[in-house]
Amino acid sequence: MERNHHLHRQLANLRQSFFDQGYLDEQLIQLEELQDDANPNFVEEVVTLFYKDSARLIHSIDQALEKNPLDFAKLDSHMHQFQGSNSSIGAKKVKTECTQFREYCRAGNVEGCKRTFQQLKREYALLKTKLEAYFEVA
Amino acid sequence: MMENSKTTAGFSSPRSDNFPAGLRVLVVDDDPTWLKILEKMLKKCSYEVTVCGLAREALNLLRERKDGFDIVISDVNMPDMDGFKLLEHVGLEMDLPVIMMSVDGETSRVMKGVQHGACDYLLKPIRMKELRNIWQHVLRKRMHEARDIGNHEMDQFDEVWMLNGTELLSGKKRKDFDNEKEISDSRCVDSSSMKKARVVWTVDLHQKFVKAVNQIGFDKAGPKKILDLMGVPWLTRENVASHLQKYRLYLTRLQKENEVKASFCGMKHPNVSSKENSPQNPVDVCADVINDKCSGVSGDKAIVQNGKANIYESKVKGVVSMPVAEPRSVVGDNFGSKTSLSDSFALINTDVKSLNVPTPYCFTGEAPQPQYKQDFKPRFPSCTQPTCSLNFVPSHEVRDRVSSKENKPSFFKSRSGVGKLSALEAIQPVSHQINFHALEQIPSTTWSMTSQNVDQNLVNGLQSSPGNLTLGSGSVVASLGEDASIQGECFPAYYGLRNIQQFDYSDPQTISGVPTCLYDTLRFDYEYPNDSLEGIVLDQGLFIV
Repeated sequence: MERNHHLHRQLANLRQSFFDQGYLDEQLIQLEELQDDANPNFVEEVVTLFYKDSARLIHSIDQALEKNPLDFAKLDSHMHQFQGSNSSIGAKKVKTECTQFREYCRAGNVEGCKRTFQQLKREYALLKTKLEAYFEVA
Repeated sequence: MMENSKTTAGFSSPRSDNFPAGLRVLVVDDDPTWLKILEKMLKKCSYEVTVCGLAREALNLLRERKDGFDIVISDVNMPDMDGFKLLEHVGLEMDLPVIMMSVDGETSRVMKGVQHGACDYLLKPIRMKELRNIWQHVLRKRMHEARDIGNHEMDQFDEVWMLNGTELLSGKKRKDFDNEKEISDSRCVDSSSMKKARVVWTVDLHQKFVKAVNQIGFDKAGPKKILDLMGVPWLTRENVASHLQKYRLYLTRLQKENEVKASFCGMKHPNVSSKENSPQNPVDVCADVINDKCSGVSGDKAIVQNGKANIYESKVKGVVSMPVAEPRSVVGDNFGSKTSLSDSFALINTDVKSLNVPTPYCFTGEAPQPQYKQDFKPRFPSCTQPTCSLNFVPSHEVRDRVSSKENKPSFFKSRSGVGKLSALEAIQPVSHQINFHALEQIPSTTWSMTSQNVDQNLVNGLQSSPGNLTLGSGSVVASLGEDASIQGECFPAYYGLRNIQQFDYSDPQTISGVPTCLYDTLRFDYEYPNDSLEGIVLDQGLFIV
């Protein structure tokens, strides 16, 4: 049982690190509260769904960033959508990038948009890895 | 990828007696993740949830299951249809409370939501506790419907509603409630079929309605008269009354969304754009209008310029093209006559529109628009408490007060009255705003002279069209109650009348001494984003299934 205990602790630490390191906000807690006997894997399901659905948004933005000249309105709209989606799992660092991206859109800053989006994708992917690891253990 | 719609509960199951449990919620959001989360949250609140990923799908669902839902929660940004448009459709066709959601909490967006009739606006991420209390919107709406419609009588409709939320509704608004409750109890067996008498306003029905309204003349049109004229046996007066409210609301909004550049003074030539400004002294115009039997019609109209009424008439069937034919009538002499609603609204709306463009504000000749702009900041009136914002004055109440002919500002100045009105006034058209300020600059003598006449007209107006008095749809009012963020939007002329009435009742010197909270509620941001013409499309598409 010690191993289980150890795993539990690992899990708890991992979970706490999400908060401490600013990856996730309290939305995770909200999701956990929704998890019950009827939906025992609710949190994982939501996260999975998020990544699946947001992938196409990421793709759309990538494509839109290839265009020349950039359609900032459209980019902003895509990002707005993504931001809404992102709030469902409360990915904090990703959200910061979203906000920054939209600011650059409004300012018409091509470089800024592109740079920020790269950063966003990094954070997005990093979080995904961490969450996958988490659910593996959970 | 995702299911478009999915029912998690039975079809149109009757509401359970342990309201709010079993509340039938329709959630519309193109984001599948949120849809999943919301579904779970609502289920945890013991609601019956139906989710839908497409706005059109949602509308179809709502139309198919006419009384299948109690409340709709919808995202603002959806690919197939703008959330605001859905909101309007739902409000008009199904008369259900709608809650908007968005990740964007910008004031202008929220305002837009309120203006389109949302009873609440939630920001994502949404917490479950926010969803727990959504039933209040349903209840509130029912209460308003019951109250709007009936004057003192409690008819079957009311009883039914009362019945459904008995504990919650009991004894609140009706005298003799106990008696009536007994009656309704005994009748409940029979009335189950009318439990949810939600009328779907089809194109035909709406046309009959509009025709009736125009026949009577909007300023005189009350639900009963309209109902009689329509000749639809199964339709109730309440249905008509609530539809009438919405009709006004939407007409107003439609007008507003037409890019009208007309200025205030060009009223006499409604078809002409802003270039032609009426030379008539706006003050006189006001006075003329007020002196006329403008029953139910606001003196605002006199001030307002109708620049694009013709657009309007082409959009709304059955609307008399009055402005085209008789520009003068708009000014003053025909308000008491069969002025069609749309015309009235056209006037108001164009007026509103003109506020948003830097047209010469010739109304007083000395009030440049920017000046107004800064006056109108979104203000959350402190006096608008949930109760008073909810309890906008029922027609009989107002009538009682007005007919007492006190010519005292008590109705408007009393704390509760003001509180109530403030909610009302706050939703006034921008034109009302203008009037407020404009009137300030009008020599007080003018107003005091007309006060008696207005009084008379008001009495007449109020008495002849009780239905008209009630403000906006329940959903709109509910939204006032919700967050007290009362931002203005175009409103039917009638409210303008009240606005003017206010001045007239009060000592001219006290115009500036209008209760602060009332004043405050009138202030709103002129920067109303008229970024869509959805209203126009809405009108056409509204009843097309």
